[in-house]
Amino acid sequence: MTERRLPPVTQLGMLSLALIVAGGIYLSAHLPEHVPLAPAVVLLAASAVVLGVNMFLLSRVQGFDWPRFFEVGKWSLLAYLVIAGMVEYVFLRNHLSGGPLIVLTLSLAVFAVHVPMLVGFTVARYSDDGARVAA
Amino acid sequence: MTDIAIPAPTAAPETESGPAAPPGGLRIPDFQIVPRAGLAIVGAVLVLLIVAIAANKLWPLMFFHVAGGAAWTIIDLFLGLVLGPIMGKMSIPARVEFTTRLMPKMLLIMPTVVTATLAAGWQLGIKTGNVLSISQNHGWVVASYIVVGVMAVLALGLLEPANIAVLVELKKPRPNPHVIEQLMKRFIYCAGILGAMQIATLVIMTKLASG
Repeated sequence: MTERRLPPVTQLGMLSLALIVAGGIYLSAHLPEHVPLAPAVVLLAASAVVLGVNMFLLSRVQGFDWPRFFEVGKWSLLAYLVIAGMVEYVFLRNHLSGGPLIVLTLSLAVFAVHVPMLVGFTVARYSDDGARVAA
Repeated sequence: MTDIAIPAPTAAPETESGPAAPPGGLRIPDFQIVPRAGLAIVGAVLVLLIVAIAANKLWPLMFFHVAGGAAWTIIDLFLGLVLGPIMGKMSIPARVEFTTRLMPKMLLIMPTVVTATLAAGWQLGIKTGNVLSISQNHGWVVASYIVVGVMAVLALGLLEPANIAVLVELKKPRPNPHVIEQLMKRFIYCAGILGAMQIATLVIMTKLASG
């Protein structure tokens, strides 16, 4: 049984989540005052870039168990879309609008994509193709 | 629905990724990764949560936030500080059996409880004014955001993927004990950290409740 190296998908995923959580805390902590959106936008953009880098690095892995990744990832995505939808509903229920709503909605989108990706990755890296992988 | 008995290879060599299967067969009870029956309960809870938020009445919001938060805190504390260390000392067959019975339930319970607590909590905070920056408790509320944020990153990035990966591994005809061991270690350590962080949640929430 051989080991092969994988990109640091979990670490990057956690970094991306930490960035959007920080942006969310920044915005929530200032309600109902109007605060500059720039810090939250920067954190969201950085999180989205990390998500993009993570996807790119993972897409380049040779022999990765993609069927398993998508099999688990799609159900996970469904579950996290429901959770993100609940949070979005609470924002809308409280008449959040404009820039903060856009930033928080996009943050939820990053969250709803990145978590299923982490779940799919963690499952698929231990595939049965004979090559156990380590990050 | 039958259990699977896995004959371990005799004189199994150590591999690069760790020791091979332990001596003796590993009996894995049949289980569903996501218990289908539980999905109906989750759906019902989410519908009630939406109704509670839409109605914006104090009692239903308080119920979801307090009941959900209590369940979340106690499960994390109990799992991290009591069950986790016990699981770590169990034999592999006992741990596998315990895992196949506990983790599918956790897969439904935790996201539901966390979603209910946070969604109802936010609505409650808006209603009572606690989340507004003019509130005298605002510093404590922001502290709770930070604690929940750190817990969310750990739970979503490490704990939940490990939970699902363990169950998927155990569903394979020949699960790799080393993979299970590695993922369970991650699960138990994470649960321990989350349990410790829940003590901070208890401090903050009791302070908020007592004004």
